[in-house]
Amino acid sequence: MSKALSDPGFNPYAALSNPKGYIEAGTDKNRDGEHMMGTSIMAVEFDGGVVMGADSRTSAGQYVANRASDKISSVHERIYCCRSGSAADTQAISDMVRYYLALHGVELGKRPLVKSAATMFRQICYNNKDNLMAGIICAGWDEKEGGQVYSIPLGGTLVRQPFAIGGSGSVFIYGLCDATYKKNMTKDECVEFVSKALAHAMSRDGSSGGIIRLCIIDKDGVERRFIDHKDLPFTQTTNLA
Amino acid sequence: MSSTGAGYDYSCSQYSPDGRIFQVEYAIKAVESSGTAIGLKCRDGIVLGVEKPQISKMLMNNSNRRIFGINNTTGGLITGYPADGRQLINRAREEAQSYEDTYGHSIIPSILANRLALYTHYFTLHYSLRPFGTALLFVGYDEDMKQSELYMVEPNGMVRRYFGCAAGKGSQAANTELEKIYVKHGGIEGLTCKEAVKYIAQIMYTVRDSSNDKPFELEMAWALNENNHKFQHVPKELIDEADEYGKNNIIPDNNNNNNISEGVEETKMEE
Repeated sequence: MSKALSDPGFNPYAALSNPKGYIEAGTDKNRDGEHMMGTSIMAVEFDGGVVMGADSRTSAGQYVANRASDKISSVHERIYCCRSGSAADTQAISDMVRYYLALHGVELGKRPLVKSAATMFRQICYNNKDNLMAGIICAGWDEKEGGQVYSIPLGGTLVRQPFAIGGSGSVFIYGLCDATYKKNMTKDECVEFVSKALAHAMSRDGSSGGIIRLCIIDKDGVERRFIDHKDLPFTQTTNLA
Repeated sequence: MSSTGAGYDYSCSQYSPDGRIFQVEYAIKAVESSGTAIGLKCRDGIVLGVEKPQISKMLMNNSNRRIFGINNTTGGLITGYPADGRQLINRAREEAQSYEDTYGHSIIPSILANRLALYTHYFTLHYSLRPFGTALLFVGYDEDMKQSELYMVEPNGMVRRYFGCAAGKGSQAANTELEKIYVKHGGIEGLTCKEAVKYIAQIMYTVRDSSNDKPFELEMAWALNENNHKFQHVPKELIDEADEYGKNNIIPDNNNNNNISEGVEETKMEE
């Protein structure tokens, strides 16, 4: 916080001393910079559904533009996606997929497959790879294959995984996830796994933080939870004293 | 109601005073004057068969295909103008492929049927285009419903699902014979594909006008449940057997002796 005040580029009174009374658009990097979601996102499959989780920090440079953002968006009744990268890009992409999936669902006469949603994400990310910065985890439940998690990282690859992590915070928790994950976990074990891993990521990554948002999808519906500051399974001060 | 177009049949963009679009009706007539085509759903798969009159002795047998694959488990039979039909098959192949690219699973037959109907119908809406002079009978496998399905797309853009259908010259008589077969076998469950191949040959020989028509060649294809619903041509030996059977077992004309008893409802073959 004090660093921002001493940063030569930051002058809270700049607008007053400017003859126009305002600062030109594009000149204040903090205010006008591209909003990124330095992020930690995750999704895990269990028998009968998926658990998805994300942090809640949206940053514009050093400035936290939104400390309670929702990075888990729905694209259909039982299909959601975790978004990381450029907030604008991922919002635009998930809006498009939501639109096309809705049409597809009506044409099919039943809920579309998670694979269809993931394929649509991939087509958009791959064909526009030069202009986009989007890392997406698409997960959900369908009648044919049950719970599924698909990872669509930057270049537009599509890969199905038992669990997937993404965003800038994910690099810090690869070891933890590999060590903690085991096959055939129950729903509650998955919730614990996701909460713990994301808490660790948020504690070490400056671009991730806030609260943990969870989304649990199974054949009966979608449950959304959030884990407040005080209830985080781990922070850097947890094991001290 | 005038049955000649006289003045109202110049293009698809014209209605007649009694609400008919003559160009589309003429397209249907083009289909009705081509070789008989039959599709038959059985308990273990679906069979398609078509009669190809031998236009010239110089033509090689088994060339001039009328049955084409669309994807692994889907295939179609074209009637009417073969060139028009090939365009429709091409479109079906593209639709199937682009659906799979976009949505990640193979196209469902009912959706392919819808797409082809929309495409065919488009050509009945424009002044500068003519309708397709072909009816397409196609077979597909629905992975979710776990069953094979038979559809027919007509030049006017109608598509219906059938368990037995016929198109072309002898379609009226063929449809009657198909209904009799279903009644005799108690529906789809009583019929196997191998039997169906023989019946189709038999119907082809029965409905043709032996004095007028040239000798013909049979082309048949099927999608068998036991073969993972793969769409392929029927082996030549079976077609030759069926040909022999059909030639020697032409169904006599039974107008005075109706096989269908009073109590049985006439089976409709539309699903």
